[in-house]
Amino acid sequence: MTHSIASPLAAAVADHPGFLSPTGVEIAFVLVGLATLGAAVITVTTRQLVHAALWLVVALGGLAVEYLLLTAEFIAWVQVLIYVGSIVVLLLFGLMLTRAPIGRSPDADSGNRWVALGVALAAAAALVWIVVDAFRTTWIDLEGPAQGSTAVTGAFLFRNWVLPFEALSVLLLAALVGAIVLSRKHDTDAAVRSAPDTAARRDQGRSKGEGPGKEGQS
Amino acid sequence: MTTTTLAALVPLLPFLGAVAGLALGRTAPGFVRPLAILPTLTAAVVAVIVAVRQGGGRAIDAATQLTPTGSVPIDLALHLDGFAVLVAVLVTVVATCVQLYSTAYLRDDARYPSYAALVSLFTSAMLLVVYSGDLMVLLVGWEIMGICSYFLVGHYWETPEARAASLKAFLVTKLGDVPFLIGLFALAADTGSFRITKILAAVTNGGLDHPTLIALLLLAGVAGKSAQFPLHTWLPDAMAGPTPVSALIHAATMVAAGIYFVARLLPVFAASGAALVVLAVMAAVTMIGSGLAALAQDDIKRVLAYSTIGQLGYMSGALAVGDRGAAVFHLISHGAFKAVLFLAAGVVIHAAGTNSLAAMSRMGGLARRIPDAYWTMTVALLALAAIPPFAGFFSKEAVLVAAEHTAMGDRTVAPAAAGWTILVAGLLAAALTAAYATRFWLLAFKGRGAEVPDHGRQPLAMTSVLWVLAVPTIAFGLTAGVIGDWFDGHALTPSLTTAVLSTGVGLVGGLVTYGAWRHTTALAARTPIGAVAAHPGAEPALVEAEAMTSHTAAYGTIADAADPADPGRLLLGPLHRHAVTGFHLDALYTAVFVRPVQQAARLVRFLDRTVVDTYVDGSGAATRLLGTAVRRAQTGNVQTYLSVLLAGSLVLAIAAVVFANVNAGS
Amino acid sequence: MHLAYPAVLAALLFCTGLYGVLARRNAILVLMSVELMLNAVNLNLVAFDVWLRDTLHSGQALTLFTIAIAAAEIGIGLAIVLAVYRNRGSSDIDRLRDTAETDEADAEIDAADAADAASVSADAQPHRRAEPAGKSTNAGTTTNAEATS
Repeated sequence: MTHSIASPLAAAVADHPGFLSPTGVEIAFVLVGLATLGAAVITVTTRQLVHAALWLVVALGGLAVEYLLLTAEFIAWVQVLIYVGSIVVLLLFGLMLTRAPIGRSPDADSGNRWVALGVALAAAAALVWIVVDAFRTTWIDLEGPAQGSTAVTGAFLFRNWVLPFEALSVLLLAALVGAIVLSRKHDTDAAVRSAPDTAARRDQGRSKGEGPGKEGQS
Repeated sequence: MTTTTLAALVPLLPFLGAVAGLALGRTAPGFVRPLAILPTLTAAVVAVIVAVRQGGGRAIDAATQLTPTGSVPIDLALHLDGFAVLVAVLVTVVATCVQLYSTAYLRDDARYPSYAALVSLFTSAMLLVVYSGDLMVLLVGWEIMGICSYFLVGHYWETPEARAASLKAFLVTKLGDVPFLIGLFALAADTGSFRITKILAAVTNGGLDHPTLIALLLLAGVAGKSAQFPLHTWLPDAMAGPTPVSALIHAATMVAAGIYFVARLLPVFAASGAALVVLAVMAAVTMIGSGLAALAQDDIKRVLAYSTIGQLGYMSGALAVGDRGAAVFHLISHGAFKAVLFLAAGVVIHAAGTNSLAAMSRMGGLARRIPDAYWTMTVALLALAAIPPFAGFFSKEAVLVAAEHTAMGDRTVAPAAAGWTILVAGLLAAALTAAYATRFWLLAFKGRGAEVPDHGRQPLAMTSVLWVLAVPTIAFGLTAGVIGDWFDGHALTPSLTTAVLSTGVGLVGGLVTYGAWRHTTALAARTPIGAVAAHPGAEPALVEAEAMTSHTAAYGTIADAADPADPGRLLLGPLHRHAVTGFHLDALYTAVFVRPVQQAARLVRFLDRTVVDTYVDGSGAATRLLGTAVRRAQTGNVQTYLSVLLAGSLVLAIAAVVFANVNAGS
Repeated sequence: MHLAYPAVLAALLFCTGLYGVLARRNAILVLMSVELMLNAVNLNLVAFDVWLRDTLHSGQALTLFTIAIAAAEIGIGLAIVLAVYRNRGSSDIDRLRDTAETDEADAEIDAADAADAASVSADAQPHRRAEPAGKSTNAGTTTNAEATS
């Protein structure tokens, strides 16, 4: 199977260099990749929740470098801007808002961790085996004009992908509205707090305020 | 209206009355009595008109087919010959009297509406049997009668005797009905039709392939319905029903149906000499056995029940010698005087407060308290004992004459052996009949002892019908010379030999019983006996129900009383013990049929409870266990679910890759 | 450059994220792991796009879209986590077990929690149970938490 996919292209690049004579780009890629992977592993294993977020920054940054090495420079900058810049900051805010403990937290991992480890290792073995089996002779030709420069990206994005791009903006808007609705405090809570004297109304308000909780609860 | 239309009205009217009675019984109690009496009364009038119009000439046939029923058609057919119209008159008249009588007898009964409707339905079913010209339609009426008798015999279902009796009546008659149904199918298969006229035509042309088989199968049903040996055991127990129901069953419906059916299809039976001999033996055993048993019974209704069995034996005897005129003649006269006997017995039980002859023989002045019942019952007992000039004499004579002619070879319809059997058994039974009739009369009305308490006059509705029915009891026999037209044109007049013989043995039987009574009656004063129920104000049925319930408690058995003053005990001697129980036939049936069935039922119960249920319970428990095991997987933890999901998809992915590689390599 | 390098790196990153999703208790850490998985996919997209020299550059376009969707996802996800935290006083994924199949719902959930806690404490320091519901939250959520507990 894997050969059948790779064979037409493999024939075109049949005279690729072996793994034992790496190019400079490859060496850089492997080194950065190891750092990225290490940061990712620390992210999912560390007991300090805030550290996990910070190690995530390292991992995402490493990936940005990998994008650069693959000549996709626009995506690399987007990665840095959005992931490192905004998403990790959001996650940090989330950690703070949920009063995540600072320092080592003994129960950061659930009781499921050994099962998780088994599944993850098995998945890694299977995926690596399949990927290596399929693509061990495939060669990426990084020569020629850059394929991911801002000019090129702008050209294909707004020439070929403009409609999905607009649809995506609607999706982001919907997400924005949804996030606001979800995180907004309910008016009824305020009503209860302003008039705490009537037990009946408190019960009423309580049952209303319970609304969102009920969905996951009953 | 044409005669056919009128005849169709006869069964239809009581049926509509029954339907209306059932429908309106609760909502409009005021209509129940009119709805019970008027349709039956109208039917009686119409039946008389039909009988007059038919005039005993050629049979009137009319048929209509509702729907095609395949190779053997079933028609709604009327077959009105002389027998049919006369029996219909008897049925409707007796049913009207019974309905009238019931209005007083069961006047406070909460279940009177359904009772009256069932009596009407019963009457209607019998009329359907009588008029029907198609055996399948006849069977419908036949089975409706079975279920009606079940309900009516079990009217006092609060008492265990009534419950047992109704079940027994139903099951024993059903036992006969199964072969009966098979016999009907065999008959239709041989002749290609259920129409009586076509069957008779086919039989005349010799179209029956298996006459003996068919006749014997049909005889089983007849024996069940008409209470002939050996399927007669339900009839004495059916006395647990109300007295008017007994009168109806014994005089007009149900037991008459079997005899009437054989009379209708007599050529089918006559085609097989063996069947006639079997019928003759059956009749002879029935006559003598029931006579002996009647002499030993203590319950007056059981005496009458055994006498019915015996008189039915005479009718089967007449059929066994191939004379259906005599059989139906006796059927009608017996219907009249047996109705009187039963209805009067109801009055007697009410007045005496007991159904035990032993207890009555220790009461004085019962005859003075209830003169209507006394006189009509005396007449009816004379008719039963075949003393001239009452109806029973003429009809029994007709039977004996037919038997004599057959025995002497003057009639060739039946084998001479059958004739001799019937003649000898009939004469013996005549003596026995006279004996138990005398015993009955002496013990019931000539008792000595404390005066019967005065319950006031009996209701007019009860006494008047006794006199109405006493008229045919007295006079019907005298018409023997006139009504021959209705009975195939046979002469039904008695002959000198048999008349002298039978009257002679009858008188001997009566006188011997009288002598024995005189001998034993001195003993009566010494032993007070019995329990008496007294409800002067209540409906008569209440007294009867209590008397029946208390009989077993007072005497230890339903049939017997340890009464040394009983002339029957002296006459029967060592036989008495056996005669009381109906010659242990019930015990035999219990041993042969009931116990094995109960054992089988117990086995089935065991198999069901312990073997089958184990599997059922096991499957349930296994499912529960499995469910409990699976429940444990439902932890509610999303991560567990996701882990398992991913592990599963991983396995699938690896399997897909491996198989793809293996296939690619091969 | 060999395609195997980015492909293997992507596979390993994906499995790391997978482990995080399955093993982490805090919902926000789970969200981080999801980000790792998404990034692994992005890396694949970019690498294959470069390799195939696609004229439409589907890979890079989809990478951009994925990044945008990931941003939306993290926003919504965090909002949900915060809502749960407000109602329950905890954002631990394995404590949200209301759909568990039990006879005596609460008792058995507690038992399962105790079992989990025991297994956790077996390989960690003496652990600190999550605070009783509502103790550390404001007044408004206290009423809710009491109503739910």
